Amino acid sequence: METSNNPGKVKVQLQCRVPNNDSEIITMAHGSGGLLSHQLLGDGVFNILKNEYLNEHHDGAFLKITGPIAFTTDSYVITPIFFPGGNIGHLAVNGTVNDLAMCGALPRYLSLSFIIEEGFAMSEFSKILISIREACERANVLVVTGDTKVVERGKGDKIFINTSGIGQLHAQAKIAAGNVCVGDKIIINGNVASHGMAIMSVREGLVFETELESDTRSLAETVMGLLDKFGQDIHFMRDATRGGVATVLNELAKDCGLGIDLEQNAIPMNGQVEGACEMLGLDPLYVANEGIFLAVVKAEIADEVLDFMKLSENGKDAAIIGAATAAHPKQVIITRSIGGRRMLNMLTGEQLPRIC
Amino acid sequence: MKYLTEYRDPVLAASYLEEIKKTVTRPWTIMEICGGQTHSLVKYGILQMLPKEITMVHGPGCPVCVTPTHLIDRAVSLANNPSVIMCSFGDMLRVPGSEKSLLQAKAAGADVRILYSPLEAVKLAAQNPDREVIFFAVGFETTAPANALSVIHAHQQQLKNYSIIASHVLVPPAMEALLSDPETVVQAFLAAGHVCTIMGNSEYYPIVEKYKVPIVVTGFEPIDLLHGILMALRQLEKGVYKLENQYARVVREHGNLSAQTAITEVFEISDRMWRGMDVIPRSGLEVKEKYAEHDATRKFNVPVIDSKENETCIAGAIMKGFKKPVDCPNFGTLCKPAHPLGAPMVSSEGSCATYYHFYSALSEIENA
Repeated sequence: METSNNPGKVKVQLQCRVPNNDSEIITMAHGSGGLLSHQLLGDGVFNILKNEYLNEHHDGAFLKITGPIAFTTDSYVITPIFFPGGNIGHLAVNGTVNDLAMCGALPRYLSLSFIIEEGFAMSEFSKILISIREACERANVLVVTGDTKVVERGKGDKIFINTSGIGQLHAQAKIAAGNVCVGDKIIINGNVASHGMAIMSVREGLVFETELESDTRSLAETVMGLLDKFGQDIHFMRDATRGGVATVLNELAKDCGLGIDLEQNAIPMNGQVEGACEMLGLDPLYVANEGIFLAVVKAEIADEVLDFMKLSENGKDAAIIGAATAAHPKQVIITRSIGGRRMLNMLTGEQLPRIC
Repeated sequence: MKYLTEYRDPVLAASYLEEIKKTVTRPWTIMEICGGQTHSLVKYGILQMLPKEITMVHGPGCPVCVTPTHLIDRAVSLANNPSVIMCSFGDMLRVPGSEKSLLQAKAAGADVRILYSPLEAVKLAAQNPDREVIFFAVGFETTAPANALSVIHAHQQQLKNYSIIASHVLVPPAMEALLSDPETVVQAFLAAGHVCTIMGNSEYYPIVEKYKVPIVVTGFEPIDLLHGILMALRQLEKGVYKLENQYARVVREHGNLSAQTAITEVFEISDRMWRGMDVIPRSGLEVKEKYAEHDATRKFNVPVIDSKENETCIAGAIMKGFKKPVDCPNFGTLCKPAHPLGAPMVSSEGSCATYYHFYSALSEIENA
């Protein structure tokens, strides 16, 4: 597979062979290790994702990588698997790529494993594979090993994906909650709550007049740019996925032992997303994101970091939203739009829509 | 965002606060009725911004919180039937019954679904003729019209597999119950704007006259609440009592007549048990005989379960305004949203849960 050095501008070639359509659905036989398994892998996975490592058809990949690495893993389960702005395939690549980037590592290699429920449409599997290739090209990573299993109908939910990733640690990266100092500024790269509300908008029974889109994307290029320019003055980074911005900041406050002050008015949000949250009684600060991260940086360079971030497509709506403080250790306090202050807690259970 | 940012304007908020501070001369206790109002007061930090003379007490207006345990137990029992699709608004799912919540029943295999409108449940009934679709119809006057409409639609479409568990409560009788308590501390009310949007203002005039209490129909945004508090305060300071409408951009004097027609078509007034309070006469709605086939409690012979409440919970005193959540010895220690001992800790609009999530003074408890 060819990769580009300019991941943001890759032209994705969608015309490719889809898996052999002798069968329109995936059956237990596709997971049996026999002929159909080979067809599924050969015509499907290997053909679409081909690269020098996968072409070896080995049990594992032999990788050449020097220096310290970061290693991460994540599993992807989502309903619906296709949603405005992406699908589970994009998530499975971008999620793991972003976890590596947050460690300060340049994402290089991924493993890719599917658990597919019997009866899953072959055409949908192909679409997901093509999305995976597209996301890999954009993030400049290679799928180097993987696995496919099929489970009986009713034993899964269409398709589950696991990806693990290896990234090469940036020479200047020193990302840890313990590095956060009093006065450090908290910068967010864009609008909150887009992914979670896009998913809500297509779940059963909800119709919005405008289409809300997921923000799933690779943050690797943006993060590497930040580390190239600001190095160890970037004290901490975390993508605000499950549990949203509020959860990440609470985790950070507990881990670094400092307090966090947040300004409600500074937190960027798309108007339509805000409207959807209002209608459903959900707090956008707890809603999941897939392309949003928080960077905690030395106060003196905060404005410069912000300007730099705004130059990138992933950071054009970036904003400074708060700061670390010695007051109220381990707690996040938000100043609301009208000036009142309150504690921003961890979420208890799932955030459920309110009755009125 | 249009129609929201105007009502969250910091400059306007500061000017209302200034006016409240100038107007107040002595201590007053005002109750906001609705859980949505409590939520905003705490979420926007208004309680801490008010002058110390003004005490806000939080009323019983969280429909999820006051739904009696025995109805939740019935819903759980029905949901356990494999032929049943049990539907509900989201925050009802977490409320514990005697043994488990609908969320726990779902985890154990029951088909429980979160819907945003009861009309979606009617669609489900049409799509699943071999299943029984039951909607847990919870709420005040606000949600009653949509729930009534769902019954009317199902009846018109002859969907005999659609029914509701009616758990509707009415606000004015609860206000009367609070005021008629000789120990009441409430000196003025902020009435629930959304309830009045449906029902209009007429039910409140007799309460104002009988109990000589100022009532201000109030909205839910921070500016609404500050404005409502100021209006109530002006009446209190002048020693007058009348009904005023702060939420006039939404609430009409006679309410929404077609919504009222839907309610009276399907429901009739009955005595109702309020969780944490007791039976309040003529404070609930139940399905009329005409629509009995769509009333799940009549349709399915669910035995009345001997439902138990936690004896140490002071929910009743909190919902009557005698105590605040932080006055409870179990608050934040034995009783938390993850394992609530009583109703107000459950829903995000319950006053205990609201305090737990938002009130910054809780920091010491959190760290203990």
